Amino acid sequence: MKTVFSVLTVVAGIVGIWYLACVPMNIKGVLDQAQRAGEEVVPDTANARRDAGAFDLVAKNTFAINRVWSVERPRLPAPHQVATELWQTTVMKKVTSKRSLIYHAQVTLSATLLGFALGTGLGILLSIGIVHSRVMDMSVMPWAIVSQTIPIIALAPMIIVVLYSIGVQGLLPKAIIAAYLSFFPVVVGMVKGLRSPDQMQLDLMRTYGASGGQLFWKLRLPSSMPYLFASLKIGIAASLVGAIVGELPTGAVAGLGARLLAGSYYGQTVQIWSALFAAAILAGLLVALLGVIERSLLGRMGVKP
Amino acid sequence: MKTNSQVDSGQDAAQPVIEARGLNLVFGTGETSVQALKDINLTIDRGDFVSFIGPSGCGKTTFLRCIAALETPTGGRLTVNGMTPEEARKQRAYGYVFQAAGLYPWRTISKNIKLPLEIMGYSKAEQNKRVAEVLELVELSGFGGKFPWQLSGGMQQRASIARALAFDADLLLMDEPFGALDEIVRDHLNEQLLKLWARTNKTIGFVTHSIPEAVYLSTKIVVMSPRPGRIHEVIDSPLPKDRPLDIRDTPAFIEIAHRVREGLRAGHGHD
Ligand SMILES: Nc1ncnc2c1ncn2[C@@H]1O[C@H](COP(=O)(O)OP(=O)(O)O)[C@@H](O)[C@H]1O
Ligand SMILES: [Mg+2]
Repeated sequence: MKTVFSVLTVVAGIVGIWYLACVPMNIKGVLDQAQRAGEEVVPDTANARRDAGAFDLVAKNTFAINRVWSVERPRLPAPHQVATELWQTTVMKKVTSKRSLIYHAQVTLSATLLGFALGTGLGILLSIGIVHSRVMDMSVMPWAIVSQTIPIIALAPMIIVVLYSIGVQGLLPKAIIAAYLSFFPVVVGMVKGLRSPDQMQLDLMRTYGASGGQLFWKLRLPSSMPYLFASLKIGIAASLVGAIVGELPTGAVAGLGARLLAGSYYGQTVQIWSALFAAAILAGLLVALLGVIERSLLGRMGVKP
Repeated sequence: MKTNSQVDSGQDAAQPVIEARGLNLVFGTGETSVQALKDINLTIDRGDFVSFIGPSGCGKTTFLRCIAALETPTGGRLTVNGMTPEEARKQRAYGYVFQAAGLYPWRTISKNIKLPLEIMGYSKAEQNKRVAEVLELVELSGFGGKFPWQLSGGMQQRASIARALAFDADLLLMDEPFGALDEIVRDHLNEQLLKLWARTNKTIGFVTHSIPEAVYLSTKIVVMSPRPGRIHEVIDSPLPKDRPLDIRDTPAFIEIAHRVREGLRAGHGHD
């Protein structure tokens, strides 16, 4: 009960700050519109208003304050505007509609999941190689780190173009970008996890004359499970980011990235914000789902509840 | 001497289980090298209960690890059942009990005990039979389905002993197995261990810090001294094989304990 209360307090605080921020953010637009409608605003030219501070404008035109939360194309949409847009583009639209966020989310989700599967598989394979081979440890790990220092936003168009030139388009390029972002946390987490058995546990296996395979399946892999799940949660969120970024350079017509792009073309900030929230909610659901799987698996593995 | 008629692996009854001759082990090289074992000569016969006692750092663990082929001596000769330690391991000659129980938290007690059996390729039916047997032996029947965290420290250590007993190794190597347990639990486990030893006729190598524990358990007490680690004295115990806990108040017991203490003191006096 107490935690629910604290959480709600934080949420209320954020929403409050958000509403307040709408005032200076949107005041100029509101005043421009008011002047066009023949109302008296201070100062009375658009140029003068551009040079004036936002708080100054608010102070001199207090009559306009209550309008900052209902602008049609606001710089910063108010929370209820975003909520309304979310409601109308999810619950009120058929999922097959091009204007349904569910439809777009599902397009992005399929690229996310495919990319996540590819990235996780690659990450696990690499980590197994790194743990078992000194050569791989020294050669693969630095490249994996370097790969993550290149901004994905610069790399994504190149990946798309290269793949397009060999005839690959659609879901796969987006999934590959998602995989590119998600394999890394899996490699790092799994390497740590596979190396987590202590000397005594390793010695015990040696006294049984266990083979490399037995050591892996009976000791290293089970030991790595908590690490794997921590990595998967980071990895799936990274995959979603990758899938969205992968939709931007293609000018894709479907997907949350496409919604973001279209929104920014037409100055539809409410649409941008609702797409952002849809992405965040989707990421939250995916991470929560992994949490459920983790609890059930680790529970069956006898982890103390 | 030759009695090859003996069925199990053709071992000679009179052949020592462990024989070390001039054994040396140096860790590292150059300035930072540590001589952990120096000129160790020791014979352990079938059915012996041998305790290794000495101050910290005198090489007790290292010697046990050499027997288990977890360390490689840098000089001298060491045989286990007449074989090299590696060969002996392949023959499943020994079970090893570490200071911490080291049960896998994701396996139940039964599954933990099955671990070596799975690795060694025992059939499912055989695995179940042996688990039931050794659980009985360490008085943990009925706890097979529990996870390690559900058991007390003493019970966990008993489970780890059961795990070492599950495959028929004739030699049990134990490195301060009860070191982390309190006095009362320890007494109880010592008593149980003696019974188990009497019942199974195994050879036991047992590292300890405690003089009473060493004297109570052993037929042979190896007093070691540090820097470099070597054997100071080997004391054969005249105590009978059947030992109730209150044997510790008898003059014979106190006399041996005294000799061990003297040995440890003299050993400390070296260089
Ligand atoms: N792997 C190792 N590398 C270097 N030195 C070691 C290693 N293991 C043990 N030693 C050293 O060897 C000596 C004997 O150690 P150990 O056998 O653990 O003693 P004990 O079990 O009697 O306390 C100590 O000085 C210890 O520091
Ligand atoms: Mg030790």
